Formats: sequence, C-alpha cells, structure tokens
Amino acid sequence: MSTTYIARDSATMLKRNLLHVRRYPSLSIMLVAQPILFLLLFVYVFGGTLGAGLPGQAGGGDRGDYLVFITPGILFLTVASVALGTAISTATDMTTGIIARFRTMNIARLSVLTGHVLGAVIRTGFAVVIVAAVAFGLGFRSDAGPLGWLGAIGLLMLIAFALTWLTVGMGLAADSVETASNTPLFLMILPFVSSSFVPTDAMPAGLRQFAEYQPFTPMINTLRALVTGTRTDSDLWFAIGWAALIALLGYLWSRRLFLRVPAK
Amino acid sequence: MTATRPAIEVSGLTKSYGDHTVLAGVDLTVPAGTVYALLGPNGAGKTTIVNILSTLLAPGDGEVRVAGFDVRREPAGVRAAIGVTGQFSAIDELLTGRENLRLMADLAHLDRVTATTAVTVLLARFDLVDAADRRAQTYSGGMKRRLDLAMTLITRPRLIFLDEPTAGLDPRSRRQLWGIVREQIADGVTVLLTTQYLEEADQLADRIGVLDRGRLVAEGTAAELKRRVPGGHVSVQFTDAAGLFAAAAAHPQASTDVETLTLQMPSDGSIAGLRRVLHDLDDDGVAGLTVGAADLDDVFLALTGRAAEAPAAEDVPA
Repeated sequence: MSTTYIARDSATMLKRNLLHVRRYPSLSIMLVAQPILFLLLFVYVFGGTLGAGLPGQAGGGDRGDYLVFITPGILFLTVASVALGTAISTATDMTTGIIARFRTMNIARLSVLTGHVLGAVIRTGFAVVIVAAVAFGLGFRSDAGPLGWLGAIGLLMLIAFALTWLTVGMGLAADSVETASNTPLFLMILPFVSSSFVPTDAMPAGLRQFAEYQPFTPMINTLRALVTGTRTDSDLWFAIGWAALIALLGYLWSRRLFLRVPAK
Repeated sequence: MTATRPAIEVSGLTKSYGDHTVLAGVDLTVPAGTVYALLGPNGAGKTTIVNILSTLLAPGDGEVRVAGFDVRREPAGVRAAIGVTGQFSAIDELLTGRENLRLMADLAHLDRVTATTAVTVLLARFDLVDAADRRAQTYSGGMKRRLDLAMTLITRPRLIFLDEPTAGLDPRSRRQLWGIVREQIADGVTVLLTTQYLEEADQLADRIGVLDRGRLVAEGTAAELKRRVPGGHVSVQFTDAAGLFAAAAAHPQASTDVETLTLQMPSDGSIAGLRRVLHDLDDDGVAGLTVGAADLDDVFLALTGRAAEAPAAEDVPA
C-alpha cells in the first residue's frame, strides 16, 4: 500500500526539506556564495591573462570574452555546490532520531531521500538564477534566445537531479557529517579538469584526454552552446546520457544504503 | 487481525551480533488492549526487542508477529498498526511543535481538515499550545517527550511501543507522561513499555516481564513480582570509608558504593530484620539511614542473585 503514496509522501518530505532550508539559511547562502566567489576570482584575477589565451579571437580575447567563456562552467559549479550541501544535510538528517521514526511508519520508504533531492533541485534553480544574474551584472552578454536559456536551465536541473542522488548516497555512506562534507569535494574539483576554465587543447596529453572524456565536459560544452547561442552538437546527447547514468547509479546506491537493515 | 488475536506474539526470539548474544530466546505474548512492561537494566535487551517488533531491526531466529503480521514478511502491515516512542527523541528539532505534528498527520495521509483538528487537539492535550509555534529544539526535555508521544499518537495506532518513555525526566514530567499513557490505555490501545523503574511498570502495566541478559527471568503482575522481594532495602551512609568497609565485611550480601560511602542491604521489611542491621552500627560513624521500598535492584537481586548492572565492558548496541 505504501507505493500508492509515493508522490504524496515525497511532497510531504519536500515540504519538510524546504522548512529546514528556511530555518537554516546560512548553509544555502554559503553554497551560492561559493560559485560567485569563483566567478569574481576568475574574471578579475585571472581573466585578463586567461582571456588573452582564448582561441578564435584575433590577438586573443579580453576579460569580457573570458567571462562569457567561463559562465557555463560557473553555472555547473553552482549545481555541484548545492549538491555538495545535500551530502551534508542528508548526513546530518540521518543522525537525528526522527529518521528511525520514519522507518517505523507505513510510508513510501525512500520519500525522505526524495524530499532531499527535490529540495536540492529547487534550491539549485534559485542558485542558478542568482549566479546568472551576477554574471549578467558583470557584463555577460550573448546571442542566446529564451529557448537557449530554457534549455540550459533544463539541463542544469537534470544535472542537479543526477548529482544530488549521488551526494545523497555519499551522505548516507558517510560515518559522520564531517566525512559527508569532504567526500563530494571532487564534484567541485573535476570541473577544473574539463573545458570549464580553459580550452582542453591547452592541456598536456593524458590530462587532455581525461578532460575531454570525463562526464562533465559534454555537460559544460552543451551549456556553453546553449547560453552563448551557438549550435549544440553530439555533446548534448552525451550530457543527457551521462546525467541519466549518474542519476540512476546514485539512486540505486542511495536506495541500497537506506534500505539496508541497520547494523546497530 | 481478529479481536482475540494477541497484539504481540513472540516465540523463541534470538538476536546476536557475532559472538555477542543480545537475546537468548524470548517468548512473549501481549493480549490486545493490555499493557506489558519489560523491566530490566541497561543492556538486558529491552531496546533490541522493541527495535525488532517495530521493524527497525531484523530478528535472529524465532517467530515474531505484531498485530497479526509477520515482522519479516509483512513489515508494512506491522508499520501501519504501530506507533513508536523511543528513548531518544524522534522529533524534528528544526520544525515547530505544530509542524512536527502536521508532518506526522500528512504522512498518515489524513485529509486537511482532519489533520488540522488532530494537531489542535493534541497540542492542547499535551500542554504544548503556548510552545506550538516555537522550534522544538528550544523545548525542555519533558516537552520534547510529550511532543514525541503526541507524534506517535496522531496516527491513532492500535499498538504503541514506549521505550523508556520517562528516562531522564524530572518527577513532575514523569507523572504527567504517565497520565497521558493511562488515557491511551483507557482508550483500549495496546502498550509495550520498557523501563528500568519498577515503580513505572507498577504504575502502568498489567503484566511485567523481567529481562536479564536477553532472557525473561520472571513474568507476572506487579504484585506477584513484589511478593518475591518482600522488604526492599536499608541504605546506610557512613561518615568515612573505614566505617563503610568494616560494615561491608560484616554484610557480604550488601552492595557498596564507595563514592557516596553508602552500603545497601536487602531487608525483609520486618522490625527484627532492621534491628539486626542496626545492631552492628555506631551512631558516630553513620551519616544517614534510609529504608527503601523494593526497587528494580531488589527485584533483580531476588530473581538473579546479583545486582542489576549492565554486563561489564559490553556496550550493547541500541
């Protein structure tokens, strides 16, 4: 009978999750501040030099060109940052007594996790809008139409959904909240070894192959195409495929961790 | 589940972690509409039994049926019938009392009107109206426990588990909670209660099972158990350690507490028995004297021949 109530129980747990966010806003603020700081750092500290190295412009580009180049990567970092926070909030939640109560109730078993994931996707939506607004404030302009932006937001939501199932699993697997705040850090590091901040052509062989084939690169390339108004190519299907695969594995892993009979 | 079917049927239940046996074959039957107390010290296996009965923990061997459902094969049926208040507060501290209750009402799939009414009624009944819109983390221990119990009851379970419901509460909160539990009993709800206090079992339960090292060593009504420990105990507090040790040597059956310089001796409750104890004592070496009614320690001593202590150096998982 519990399957009948998956949607309703998940909605209830989402409500709980959003109340938590309202009661504990500092974590959300920190998670949005992170990508904004990276954006400012890269544009104003490194942007002049790195912009000059961008291909495709006569005599290299400038700071403004670099802002356009890295905005998709920063939007991706925003998603990763919120996902990282979900590992922490899931691990924290698991230490509270109410989880045991949920387990003794006849409710959709995974609804508490679904609440975390849906809450994170909604938070990501807000965070992406804030970060994009900052990028516009700094002078980001492109030929992208509403359709491009809509596509970008859709893809970002999909990526958020995928990465969050993964970080929920990390939160469940962590033996402490501290561990949970460390394990997902690679989500913040991997985008640096991709096409986010510099074109992969500039990397030495080996690293370049890694950067070209790692799952985040097609996601970032597609985002770049969508927000700069250029054509998406086969990267789009790789981006969607990778996101779907990460979501599925993250879900199955989280499910297994949550449903295993507690050892204690 | 038919009306005559017991709410809880347990036979031959075992549970162990590696070499460490927590439950060594427990048989337990709780008829519907009655209150059963599991009495025992820390580490006796009380919480393990509650966790197995409430589907939190898989049983080892044995048959376990709760509300007519097999805990292994039909956990959803069990969960639909039960409510659990554990010894660690199962409330959401970031939410207010009202939101906590509403969360439970929503998860119990009550409709909007019923849920709102139930929340209002329970807040009033559990004396939480003034605190209803404050975060639960600001509540006192007694308030948290009341909220916890209210959350358990909002789903109207037919069977509730109360795992040491008054542990750590002051006497006033304890009595208040007992009052609430009694109202439930009057409504015909079946209760399985665990406690370390004979008085609590005495106050609430129809039958009491004494649990020791994973085994039920005695079962009966409070009166039946107390008949086996007629007199309680005499405690003598000494002014110095020398006096304590001298008296301890003279009364080998007594338990010694060096920190408080107290010697506790079993007593049969008779004047003659009390006189025998006092005979050996000097007025100037004694700081205080208490004659106490039978408590769990006395029951334990009488039933097992040793003091009610958790097995040494074995930190039994919750």
